[in-house]
Amino acid sequence: MAIVAQQTKFSKIFWPVLAWFIALIFFFPIFWMVLTSFKTDADAVKPEFLFTFKPTLENYLNMTANYDYWRFATNSVITSVFATGFALAVGVPCAYAMAFNPSRATKDVLMWMLSTKMLPAAAVLYPMTFLTKNFLGVFDTKFLVIVVLSLINLPIVIWMLFTYFKEIPKEIIEAGKMDGVSTWGEIKDILLPLAWGGLASTALLTFIFCWNEAYWTVRLTTTEAATLSKLIEGNRAPEGLFFGRLSAVSAAAVGPIIVLGWFCQKQLVQGLTFGAVK
Amino acid sequence: MASLTIQGVSKSYGDVEVMHDIDLDIADGEFVVFVGPSGCGKSTLLRMIAGLEDISGGTVAIGDQVVNEVAPAKRGVAMVFQTYALYPHMNVYKNMAFGLRQAKMPEDEIDKRVRGAAEVLHITDYLDRTPRALSGGQRQRVAIGRAIVREPEVFLFDEPLSNLDAALRVQTRLEIARLHERLGSTMIYVTHDQVEAMTLADKIVVLRDGRIEQVGSPIELYERPRNAFVAQFIGSPKMNFFEASTLSENAATALGITIDESAIVGIRPEHLRVCAEGQEAIRAKLELVEHLGEHVLVHMIADDGTEFITKMEKPPQTARGDYIAYSADPSLVHQFDKASGQRR
Ligand SMILES: Nc1ncnc2c1ncn2[C@@H]1O[C@H](COP(=O)(O)OP(=O)(O)O)[C@@H](O)[C@H]1O
Ligand SMILES: [Mg+2]
Repeated sequence: MAIVAQQTKFSKIFWPVLAWFIALIFFFPIFWMVLTSFKTDADAVKPEFLFTFKPTLENYLNMTANYDYWRFATNSVITSVFATGFALAVGVPCAYAMAFNPSRATKDVLMWMLSTKMLPAAAVLYPMTFLTKNFLGVFDTKFLVIVVLSLINLPIVIWMLFTYFKEIPKEIIEAGKMDGVSTWGEIKDILLPLAWGGLASTALLTFIFCWNEAYWTVRLTTTEAATLSKLIEGNRAPEGLFFGRLSAVSAAAVGPIIVLGWFCQKQLVQGLTFGAVK
Repeated sequence: MASLTIQGVSKSYGDVEVMHDIDLDIADGEFVVFVGPSGCGKSTLLRMIAGLEDISGGTVAIGDQVVNEVAPAKRGVAMVFQTYALYPHMNVYKNMAFGLRQAKMPEDEIDKRVRGAAEVLHITDYLDRTPRALSGGQRQRVAIGRAIVREPEVFLFDEPLSNLDAALRVQTRLEIARLHERLGSTMIYVTHDQVEAMTLADKIVVLRDGRIEQVGSPIELYERPRNAFVAQFIGSPKMNFFEASTLSENAATALGITIDESAIVGIRPEHLRVCAEGQEAIRAKLELVEHLGEHVLVHMIADDGTEFITKMEKPPQTARGDYIAYSADPSLVHQFDKASGQRR
């Protein structure tokens, strides 16, 4: 008895402490970044001013003056929203077909979709830049960013939606068929209301992935379609002299998405565990 | 109202054929029960009639129209699912109205039908609730209501009672029988429970391994099962089978039959009666008595190890391990071929 009680007491303290410890390690760089964003560039590189410094808003105030933060932010919003929308518009019918009218090839198709994520992005960097720049003439357009963002997220979108749709009892869809519902009506009146939670999680996660994407947005844009990722990249000045400025830009770039994620925590956890946690 | 004609229907999943060459006629207004052990193809056959499964071969006709290529909702059939399959996000009223709205029926007609069905099924008080807030029995009624409002020519039920508790099952069974009487529609009902089949059916279709074993009225199946499988599937407790070697020397006289080694003799537990020593068809030791109130089941074991059950009104005044002699009325004795199982 005593041992059991002790064990539970031990695990009651030990696991939360460990969890907090790990969380703090993860959180520290962000904390440090936010802290740094309130320092002058000169203070930012001095170790003795790690915690004690004279806070300044200069970095934030200069941000909108020196570079057009709002233009980058607008681009991020536009490309992320449209890419998410496009990925869902393709992903919903696709996952629907595979979940409710599976063929023998369905499993293989799903695997194949996932396998596209195994290709290193760097491997196609050259053809992508060359073709979009010299042949298609879409380099540095929002259109290109939207297409690329939605395509790289499509496999995960379809996988997530497929998993949610699979959870809907087949009989309910069949009852709809007996009731004479059209395919569109079936999606609109039965499927989407039932998969709403899963759909929201998928949309949210895709939006976050799009917003955070840096590899392609940095390399396929210059000014016109540049997103916040590009802005951060652009402020990575030689020798990193402008740490304060860079931190402020970074904080302003990740800020919106962290706030969004904070408010949608529950939805996100559900999304990432594929509805396993109810 | 409509009759149903199934001709040479088969069903394959990939290379595996699970239903083989099914022929069946169902008359207008008939209550037909598909019965058989789990996996025999009852649901598959029902779902082919409903239009939820493609028909691999043969034709299904409702009335005189072949419906192989007709969409489920256009076949004039309605289905009640085992899991009820109500729309979880709609209240009871909307669940029942959904099909009618798809058919673009005027709202006042929809309202009339939904309220009418709700009245019949005693669910008027729950029209605003979602399925989540209903008990199993109430959900079942809504599922039936959803079928009724469409005024189908053929009702299809796939094990509609198997998720209900025993008491509710008996009650709902009765209500389905009343519903059939009242509407006079053709009904096809799937169950693995032979008691449900016997009590509800005008006509029972016994299925095994994707084939029809026998079609007939409950009493026909009980009195003249076409083979050993049907004989043991219909009736509870199931029919006793005896090999010729188990029976005593004068069994042929006692039962009024000729007995040969290639036959199995079948006698239902309720048809075995105690007789005087010397006149018996079979003699065995009493093993166990089960009291079920209005009757008892007596478990017997013959000297060669053959076990059988007899159904009696009163427990026998015999100690465990003592012998009892049994015989049966010749008209109630069945004989089957040992190899093929066919009736002789
Ligand atoms: N989608 C399917 N794919 C392959 N085999 C199936 C499928 N559905 C049913 N079967 C097979 O068909 C046979 C009949 O199934 P079913 O009609 O559900 O039986 P029952 O309703 O009598 O229990 C079973 O052997 C089952 O394994
Ligand atoms: Mg079944």
